[in-house]
Amino acid sequence: MPPESEKQGTEAPIPTGTGALDAGLGIESDGARVVEAEAGDGRQAGGPWRIAGRRLRRNKVALFSLAIFFLIVICCLLAPVWANHVADTGPNTTHTLEKLHVNGEVREVVEPSGKAIGPQWFEAGGKFFLGADGHLGRDEMVRLLYGGRSSLFIGIVAALITTLLAVTLGLLSGYYGGLTDTFISRIMDVIWSFPVVLLGIALGIALAVGGLKLGPIHLKSSSLWIPTLIIGVVYTPYMARPLRGEILALREKEFIEAAVAQGASDRRIMFIELLPNLLSTIIVFFTLNIANNMLLEATLSYLGAGVQPPSSSWGTMISEGFDALYSQPILTIIPGTAILLTVLSVNVFGDGLRDALDPKSKVRFEARAGTAAEMDNPV
Amino acid sequence: MSDVGSTSTAGGPLLEVTDLVKHFPIKSGLLIDREVDQVRAVDGISFSVNKGETLGLVGESGSGKSTACRAVLQLLKPTSGSVKFEGQEIAGLSRRELRPLRREMQMIFQDPYASLNPRKRVGQIVGDQLKIQKVASGKALRTRVEELLERVGLSPEHYNRFPHEFSGGQRQRIGIARALALGPKLVFCDEPVSALDVSIQAQIVNLLDDLQDEMGLTYVFVAHDIGVVRHISDRIAVMNHGKIVETGEADQVCEHPRDAYTKKLLAAVPIPDPRESRARRERAGTTG
Repeated sequence: MPPESEKQGTEAPIPTGTGALDAGLGIESDGARVVEAEAGDGRQAGGPWRIAGRRLRRNKVALFSLAIFFLIVICCLLAPVWANHVADTGPNTTHTLEKLHVNGEVREVVEPSGKAIGPQWFEAGGKFFLGADGHLGRDEMVRLLYGGRSSLFIGIVAALITTLLAVTLGLLSGYYGGLTDTFISRIMDVIWSFPVVLLGIALGIALAVGGLKLGPIHLKSSSLWIPTLIIGVVYTPYMARPLRGEILALREKEFIEAAVAQGASDRRIMFIELLPNLLSTIIVFFTLNIANNMLLEATLSYLGAGVQPPSSSWGTMISEGFDALYSQPILTIIPGTAILLTVLSVNVFGDGLRDALDPKSKVRFEARAGTAAEMDNPV
Repeated sequence: MSDVGSTSTAGGPLLEVTDLVKHFPIKSGLLIDREVDQVRAVDGISFSVNKGETLGLVGESGSGKSTACRAVLQLLKPTSGSVKFEGQEIAGLSRRELRPLRREMQMIFQDPYASLNPRKRVGQIVGDQLKIQKVASGKALRTRVEELLERVGLSPEHYNRFPHEFSGGQRQRIGIARALALGPKLVFCDEPVSALDVSIQAQIVNLLDDLQDEMGLTYVFVAHDIGVVRHISDRIAVMNHGKIVETGEADQVCEHPRDAYTKKLLAAVPIPDPRESRARRERAGTTG
């Protein structure tokens, strides 16, 4: 350790620009690193988010999946346009005794035998594009679009509920620890100890009978919010647990200690120090959670504990189509394919997002939804 | 190598630690945790730090140096003992009561990779304390942070960078800027150079030395390398198994160690000349 050059090294950096270059040997090695960091700008510059964005843009499969998902969302949002201007009917309007004039010939929407009309594509001007749905003679395409709205609404809103609950509970139990942690974790364990589908059915049937009264909020038994709330709550532990674990690990880091040493409040540490470090996990979980929610919605609706008839969702449509599985398998295949496409696109995009945000992490949203997985493709 | 030794007797004790104890309970039990044993990380240490001096705290890994720092700073709640800063008792104060004192006492951390939040920009890392203590905000905050960055040998343009864009030495400079943001009186340096390259170590040690002269800082400098500690300290306290085994003027402790553990520690300092190294080992009474 030659003291002279050391001394020079630390005195030099005050002036910027050329002054720093005249500094002694000591500063040059550190100065060289500055240059190195700047030279590497092409790849490492910008915040963690910008780097993740660049990585995601390189993942064409994930982007393609996102495009498909957006396409599905847009189609479903445009359901009223199709219903009012093309099909001229509503999702719950029956056409049991009506006849259709196609290319001069007359077709019955529902034959006396009970067999519904098949896909007409554009032959009837867009009416009964995908045929009718069994003996009630409702327009399958209109129901598919409106059902998609329900399914997507439940998938996305339930994911928001799960995220909100999980982040709050995870932060509280992970950061405060002790009794708070024990209390929250045990409640999570109780929810976790039920199979997701079983708990969903139990809650769904109970609430489908009487509706839900929570203080000033009164939900009718047919409300879409009931399955949404159920699914949102049921999946909460699956997200809160890994978040809590991540917070426990982060809490021991020195930068949290540094914040305490600066006099930061608990709230500041949670929101400014911890939350930004959790965001990538939260975003990935949120995305994959949407797919899981849609599967659970389909399962519950199929079993009669989800969306209540006459409202349509992809799950109820599969359930209704099941009655005519042999005569008209297409009534099951159509909503099944819709679920498959949506869930697949969300999952592939979610995987890509995880790779982009946190290549090292192995976080997975693995819910015990085995039955739901079997349901997504009944063909 | 510095003239800080002359100021060591000028002021009264800035920090006075008496019988500080920090034990970590080892808990076990199926439903209800029972304390079965404890780790005596810090087992009754007393020392004082005078204004303007540097107290070196040395000892092997696990001897309780870092825990002692954290217990003094109230980052860990001490089991018992008294910590007086400028005559005021701070052990047992609540976090709210401690907040104004945080301006006076700061810490530089060991691992420059773990001590900077990867999701915060450099400006935010350094400037947050100004915000927490409501000293400055907006443009004044930015100007102050840029000054600090320049002072520790970084460039003001680094304000909007993220920690991952910097090398270990630069990151430690950011850590130093953060600790000095509000011009504290007492700074705990918890092995600030042990995670760095030897070439960078010297720069950081000298930066700390210069800042001490300039800002009238008082350091408690923790390290396991007695060579580095001797270089920067006025006085040295040697820790072993949670206790202070020897205290004294830096040169006296290094040249005429009284305690057997200090002798071993000194004998472990690598010496470039093998012949002298052997002679020194024999003098210390250790073999191998």
